[in-house]
Amino acid sequence: MSTTTPLLELRNVHSYYGNIQALKGISLTVNEGEIVTLIGSNGAGKSTTLRTISGIIHPRSGEILLDNKRIDHIPPHDVVKLGVLQSPEGRRIFPRLSVRDNLEMGAFTRNDTAGIAEDMERVFDLFPRLRERANQKGGTLSGGEQQMLAIGRALMGRPRVLLLDEPSMGLAPVLVEQIFNIIKEINSQGTTVLLVEQNALMALEIAHRGYVLQTGQIVLADTAKALSENEMVQKAYLGVE
Amino acid sequence: MATQTVDTSTTGRNIPWGLIGRISLVVFFVLFLAVPLWNTILEMIANPQLLLRQLIIGLTNGAYISLIALGYTLVYGIVELINFAHGDVYMIGAFMSLTLIGLFGLQAATPPEVRYPLMLLILVITMAFTATLNVGIERFAYRRLRTVSRLAPLISAIGVSFILQNVGLLWGYLRFPALNGVMGSNAVAPKSFPNLLPTQNLLEPLQAVFGEGFRVRFTGKDLIMIGTAVVLLGALYFFVQRTKLGKAMRATAQDRDAAALMGINVNRTISLAFLLGGALAGAAGMLVGLYNGTAVFNMGFKAGLFSFTAAVLGGIGNITGAMLGGLLIGLIAALSDQYINAKWTNAVIFGILVLILVFRPTGLLGENVQQKA
Ligand SMILES: Nc1ncnc2c1ncn2[C@@H]1O[C@H](COP(=O)(O)OP(=O)(O)OP(=O)(O)O)[C@@H](O)[C@H]1O
Ligand SMILES: [Mg+2]
Repeated sequence: MSTTTPLLELRNVHSYYGNIQALKGISLTVNEGEIVTLIGSNGAGKSTTLRTISGIIHPRSGEILLDNKRIDHIPPHDVVKLGVLQSPEGRRIFPRLSVRDNLEMGAFTRNDTAGIAEDMERVFDLFPRLRERANQKGGTLSGGEQQMLAIGRALMGRPRVLLLDEPSMGLAPVLVEQIFNIIKEINSQGTTVLLVEQNALMALEIAHRGYVLQTGQIVLADTAKALSENEMVQKAYLGVE
Repeated sequence: MATQTVDTSTTGRNIPWGLIGRISLVVFFVLFLAVPLWNTILEMIANPQLLLRQLIIGLTNGAYISLIALGYTLVYGIVELINFAHGDVYMIGAFMSLTLIGLFGLQAATPPEVRYPLMLLILVITMAFTATLNVGIERFAYRRLRTVSRLAPLISAIGVSFILQNVGLLWGYLRFPALNGVMGSNAVAPKSFPNLLPTQNLLEPLQAVFGEGFRVRFTGKDLIMIGTAVVLLGALYFFVQRTKLGKAMRATAQDRDAAALMGINVNRTISLAFLLGGALAGAAGMLVGLYNGTAVFNMGFKAGLFSFTAAVLGGIGNITGAMLGGLLIGLIAALSDQYINAKWTNAVIFGILVLILVFRPTGLLGENVQQKA
């Protein structure tokens, strides 16, 4: 259901960790209703891109726009208020808060009690396992359950754009399949998704478009279908000889 | 280089100093403690009334120590800083409340129906004052240093501690008439509080049951000290466990970046921890001032040491732990005062601090350090 309204846009973004340059001029767009994937190998700068969008680090130059308004240089909690939520790499759930409280934190910026309760039900419907574990401490969940919680927690903020950083990392193949189906479902319910993945095969299967990142630069941008047929992508990321 | 280090560690010459250190510490404490401990137990059995009285004193100690310990634990939990100035914030609380007592003209003779509402008002103002002070300290002395190194804010905290003690000294010079002379005539001397708390023994009716020989006292003073602390600790516990802001505070302590990604304003949450810790320390300052009848500019050192030990004993960063640790340290201090010697109590508490840090740095209720990762 991709339209052509650019919801999120990065223009020539440069990001640094101290003196180390991690992003060397990233430009990309995410349109309303799309799943866009960002693939690349270890250390390419995928997480840094998401961290820069969320405002955890600020770009040294370049622009980030949401609905054509600049959001670079605003603090992360304000980025969340504008509807950009992230499920970070490594899940980063709150280990000593219950599952329910973790979800409640995802809705931190909201005050509509009824809406929050409704969304919690929606998350529990997407991930029935979380409902069973609602009162358990986050840290006691299995890896797969923690991933579900991390995604559910981000959904609790009613994201306009959902940023997912390697949701398949460390999961058994069956679970990976399940997580990707759920991402598709979330998207079909109207949430725009920017998906970072090392599992390029699966990512390109569900995405509309994709970007390939190499050492801080975008080297390829195309539809997901075209990318999965691209020789260089097949060699480098899909394990095709 | 790397292979060389492996070599030396496999030659068998590496003596397990860590283990030897621990064992000798145990031997040391057993030798020095076993005999006195046995005598003490005999003494306790010989005079159970005295023991009971010391336990009551221990409870009142525990009440204020828990209040201060929470300030250490809340702050450590969220920014991993040992706020050395915290004991001095407590001292400032005592001075502030004494000043207000002077301004309001409260005296032992003030009728209860005027006295108690005003004391409650003074408590609220004092708590607001120390809360604001603590937030200000974080804002100006720690925040900028937070991203520099772990050590920088710690050193800054020691500096703030000195500053506050000197503020306490200067405070003692206040002489204007509206204060009604509460600061006395000697600036550095301990200040005396008027007797505003009821001293009547609530256990007196028990004499009818146990006879004249029953002389254990539990006064209105004890009740107010313990009662106020329990109410404040309960309110804090409820806030941290049940409210959205309280949960956000715990979330920030557990994973600061993840909390920011949830839309939690991390700096504001850190301020909140300092706010709560400061308020509780102020309340403790007023309670102790009224209870003991004195306040002095360097009272924060001992209280700080005891409370910090309590926080470490309970597991620093753990809120229930700080309350439990406060209670235990209060009891231990009261028993040490009676059965060892009041002069030795500081050493006993320091000894406990060392023992915990050596044998169980996570404290009684502390989580595994690994879990934090
Ligand atoms: N906190 C940091 N401090 C310094 N350098 C960092 C930091 N985080 C990442 N980097 C560097 O920035 C570059 C990009 O890292 P980033 O985490 O964005 O990669 P990634 O594409 O997400 O990799 P992965 O697939 O391993 O998650 C890497 O060279 C990395 O070493
Ligand atoms: Mg990454």
